[in-house]
Amino acid sequence: MTPVRIPALSLVVLIGVSGSGKTTFAREKFAPYEAISSDACRALVSGDENSQEASGDAFDVLHYVAGKRLDRGLLTVVDATNVGRDSRAALIKLARDHDVLPVAIVLDAGLDVAIERNRNRPDRPFGDGPIRRQQAQLAKSIKHLGKEGFRQVHMLRGPDEIAAASIVREPLLNDRRDLAGPFDIVGDVHGCLAELLDLLARLGYAVQRDDEGRPIDVSHPDGRTLVFVGDLVDRGPDIAGVLRLAIGATASGHALAVPGNHEAKLIRALDGHDVKRTHGMAETLDQLAVETPEFRAAVRAWCYGLVSHLVLDDGRLVVAHAGLKEAYHGRASGRVRAFALYGDTTGETDDYGLPVRYPWAEDYRGRALVAYGHTPTPTLEWVNNTICLDTGCVFGGRLSALRYPERETVSVDAARVYFAPAKPLVAPATRAVDELRIDDVSGRRSIETSAMGRVTITAEDAAGALEVMSRFALHPRLVPYLPPTMSPVATSRREGYLEHPDEAFAQFAEWGVPRVICEEKHMGSRAVVYLRPARRQAHDPGGAVYTRTGRSFFSPAVSAELVTRISDAVCAAGLFDELDTDWLLLDAELLPWSVKATGLLREQYAPVGAAALLALPPAADALAAAASRGLDVNVLAARTQQRLTNARAYDEAWRRYVWPTDGLDGVQVAPFQVLAAEGRTFATVDHEWHLGVADRLVQVSPDLFRPTRRTIVAVTDDASRADGVQWWEALTEAGGEGMVVKPLANLTKLPQGGLAQPGLKVRGREYLRIIYGPDYTLPENLGRLRDRNLSRKRSLALREYVLGLEALDRLVAGEPLWRVHEAVFGVLALESEPVDPRL
Amino acid sequence: MLLTITLAPHTDAYPASDLGFLLHKHPDRVQTIDAGSGTATVFYPESSPARATAALLLEVDPIALVRGKKTGPEAFALGQYVNDRPYAASSLLAVAIKRAFSTAMTGRCDSRPELAASELPLTIHVPACPARRGGADLVRRLFEPLGWQVDAVAPPLAAGLDWGPAPYVDLTLTGRLRLADALSHLYVLLPVLDDAKHYWVGADEVDKLVRRAEGWLASHPERGLITDRYLAHRRSFVSDAVARLAALDDASDDEAAPAASGCVVDEPTDRTPLRQQRLDAVLAVLRAVGARRVADLGCGEGLYLRALLDDPMFTEVLGIDVSARELDKAERRLERLSDSQRARVTLRQGSLTYTDPALAAFDALLLIEVIEHVESDRLASLEASVFGVRAAHVVVTTPNAEYNAIYGLASGQLRHADHRFEWTRSEFADWAHGVAERHGYAVEFRGVGEADDDLGTPTQLALFTREAS
Repeated sequence: MTPVRIPALSLVVLIGVSGSGKTTFAREKFAPYEAISSDACRALVSGDENSQEASGDAFDVLHYVAGKRLDRGLLTVVDATNVGRDSRAALIKLARDHDVLPVAIVLDAGLDVAIERNRNRPDRPFGDGPIRRQQAQLAKSIKHLGKEGFRQVHMLRGPDEIAAASIVREPLLNDRRDLAGPFDIVGDVHGCLAELLDLLARLGYAVQRDDEGRPIDVSHPDGRTLVFVGDLVDRGPDIAGVLRLAIGATASGHALAVPGNHEAKLIRALDGHDVKRTHGMAETLDQLAVETPEFRAAVRAWCYGLVSHLVLDDGRLVVAHAGLKEAYHGRASGRVRAFALYGDTTGETDDYGLPVRYPWAEDYRGRALVAYGHTPTPTLEWVNNTICLDTGCVFGGRLSALRYPERETVSVDAARVYFAPAKPLVAPATRAVDELRIDDVSGRRSIETSAMGRVTITAEDAAGALEVMSRFALHPRLVPYLPPTMSPVATSRREGYLEHPDEAFAQFAEWGVPRVICEEKHMGSRAVVYLRPARRQAHDPGGAVYTRTGRSFFSPAVSAELVTRISDAVCAAGLFDELDTDWLLLDAELLPWSVKATGLLREQYAPVGAAALLALPPAADALAAAASRGLDVNVLAARTQQRLTNARAYDEAWRRYVWPTDGLDGVQVAPFQVLAAEGRTFATVDHEWHLGVADRLVQVSPDLFRPTRRTIVAVTDDASRADGVQWWEALTEAGGEGMVVKPLANLTKLPQGGLAQPGLKVRGREYLRIIYGPDYTLPENLGRLRDRNLSRKRSLALREYVLGLEALDRLVAGEPLWRVHEAVFGVLALESEPVDPRL
Repeated sequence: MLLTITLAPHTDAYPASDLGFLLHKHPDRVQTIDAGSGTATVFYPESSPARATAALLLEVDPIALVRGKKTGPEAFALGQYVNDRPYAASSLLAVAIKRAFSTAMTGRCDSRPELAASELPLTIHVPACPARRGGADLVRRLFEPLGWQVDAVAPPLAAGLDWGPAPYVDLTLTGRLRLADALSHLYVLLPVLDDAKHYWVGADEVDKLVRRAEGWLASHPERGLITDRYLAHRRSFVSDAVARLAALDDASDDEAAPAASGCVVDEPTDRTPLRQQRLDAVLAVLRAVGARRVADLGCGEGLYLRALLDDPMFTEVLGIDVSARELDKAERRLERLSDSQRARVTLRQGSLTYTDPALAAFDALLLIEVIEHVESDRLASLEASVFGVRAAHVVVTTPNAEYNAIYGLASGQLRHADHRFEWTRSEFADWAHGVAERHGYAVEFRGVGEADDDLGTPTQLALFTREAS
């Protein structure tokens, strides 16, 4: 057995003449689909695997498929003769373009064997000539494979060695996914040993010292691991001391480190290259000059041994000195190393002659947390799940660390300014944090939710939502959640009714939900209340009250006033303290409906009533006159009389949704659910608690808040159900809109998998006139209206519900805006699906 | 919905009940007619020698009205079941008139030919006659020139609420007219007055209606309004995803209309229209700065894209709009171009809320009459997504609010329903200078359109040029 050790992620180029056994080798030594054969690609494009004239197209396909696999981080084997230098050069470029290592495996079965094998293959009638030529080509180039760019060259000679070879895959040096931490990641130290020790003490590390009292190792009682983001050297007062500690702690396994650009430069200096003693290099060289040659050698070796970046904790954490874009995580190439050391630049230089750094973090959309340093910044700020930990200690700033997985930062102040910065430390003033990108939302998307797996958004739905979100909604930062649609109860067969509580209770009983809460359905508009501490930006309103599509209910000034009033009440009720939060997201209803829907009421609802009450009385009179003449119009006359009664009932029904408001005077908010607060959501907290919170707000401010009447029903208890029905009847007969029936325990998983509907609405008989028309109760109409299909609505309601939960989960986890917005946008996109809006 | 026609002759030359002959409907019978949208019933509440009244009662089936069009464009707008169609005298009633009284409308009456040809004392009552956009006054302007004495009273839209009059009048027409003419007037003018969504039994109804009015329409003083309203009703309704989302927020359809429609200002048509002047000015600026790759942000249906493609100097053109509907229109228009022109253009949906890294490849970004459609608290996002791209040039145009006085707009009134603001020259300059400073651009201003000495030009243009660093 000859072990052939290759990097676990690489482009493996098999090299060997026709008949050398490449295809067999690929089949036996690699997994299915890992190897792409040029013959197979010829067959794909031409129908004939020996068609030489199809080679151009075939290699296009081969390169394309190999590129896609490498993009996805999959080892790929190219099964082609590759005896020509050009064909290999193209593959080396392919590997570099995807930042993986190119590896050559040469199969030299021997010319005679190859010729013999080809003679026995009827599909290769081309004789021995081509094989001899290939062998000659191979012989000529075999020595130069390393120079061509292959990072490894493996030679297998003779059929026996080829057959006996076994492939051993070795993880890349940057692949430390096996280390789960916890970690404390320290920003650029630059020789500030005192501050480092201070920080380590704050982080709870014990420091081990050598005989001379110099720190040489650290350990943490909880087994935490220290990680340095590089730039330990240059500029500062005790560079050698910092290096001694770092070298010792990495050797003992108590610390990890990635190199910074200053370490890279130091290697060159220590190797005797002509390096300018600028940017603090002088301090390093001077301090090392008084150390022993052994120490200098150890420093050189240590710096040289550092790997450009580290992928930790199963891929969830990436540490690189200057940050790293997602495509480079776990990859190896010159440009990956350059990015990790120097970051991305725009190619321009600023007023201080320094390169302008490209804000790669704003484009970052990866799932891994990227911790980095390199760019001194006065404040620690999360940008799309990345954080820069260089707070300019050596320039008199602070030395900072990130505790992972806690995502907490710890900083200590610098004792003084050790080195004057080339430019002042200021955060770029105009940079908008967490800007959203068009490809965060557009096109067909699949959103992973923890509650129900993937939810797919079609491109068409996304297009509609994009317009509404852009033209009418508040800024996505102010809209971290959108409420889901709600399905009505199954259609009732009861005479005169389209919806009735019986079906709701029966449905929840069927779902195995023992107790439900019936909540009064308020006669207003669904509203989300977002209270948050005002941020730095001057125009930040400190929160928002918005509709189902993210529009503000009020003008900015009125909205800010409402936010303040609600916020004050929440504060007075002690909720901020109790929930240990400084922000809150509430699900509510805002009344009256006319606040939002005046246009609709005036243009649609009121005119229908006015027209009906103009047209029907004269019609009834005319029919009465005709009847008195003895004409047979009795049926028509009775129906017209009934329609007049219905029209009056309708007119009363919509009128209940209008009351005068002036600014906020007359406006009421009925909260019914706490959606999220610092660090937690409340999706599994029972509804009695939620309404209890609402009651406390009502107590504090009874004018602003409106209580939600409710009753609890045990769905398998006849008496309890009857009480529930009676409660609904009393509510709706007094003009109420209806009720929403929810599982008392809130989020409910079904035994057979999936989720129960979070609520079913049971709307009142009179209210439904403004949905289905004044005359919907006429038997001939009701009969037809009962034919309505709820399955689509139900499915949408669930998908929107889990997307909403997902948005909340991402929000409280502190995920970047684009991740929260992805789920929020998904809700809006689903809402644009064509579903009967009367449901 | 109801219509009654009363004949009350002043003489006893003929009995009022002859109305039955004229209408071809016996006064002592109740007759039902299929009117397409529902059932029409013709009956006589009164019939004596002195006075006869025929009633046409149309019962529209509101459910069939919605469900019958399930796949049609109107299937999902919320208002459908809650609808004035069953009550207001609309095009549906016009169709019922045509079906119930088709012979009478031709003026033919074999048994009473002289009566059919005579002007008779008629009273017509339409208790719920629509009067949208014009009210009782418009009703009078339409019927009085035809010889009717008009009694039109609009009740309040909602008693107790300060919402003004209802868009319906209780209409009584009296006059001496030929019955056939009277029916023709109703047939044509009821839909004109309705001026709302129509549910035509067939698209050709419009043409039929106009033909029906040939005898009197030509000399009617409101002829323009009558034909305009017919044409307007041929438009298809917004019914896509955007409309559905608007309905979620209980907005009326108009609020969901594309930003491109809803113009308040009618620009003068006697000289080069402003939009042409604007286009010329923008193209001139682009040529002057030597831009070759140009992205039009908010391209609408592609006016600028086509102009750019007509000049081979512009090698690459990108059109971005927030509305998929507008992009579809642009796409269709671009189909007529040559292959080589089309190869230079790309269309994509996008918005200023979201940054688009692909814009970095362009020399010049256009924001033509766009910023005024963005809420002022979102201008920071616009700034980041447009100027953060660091294109060499950005061209911004926007209305000059000062000039609105010349259009006769009241102070504070905006030119377009979707405009969120309109800036004076100094407001625009303040914004532009701030943007320029924050993003490293120099800015210069131009006026577009005919200049007023005090108020400037109707459109203001800012050219941003990135400063060398």
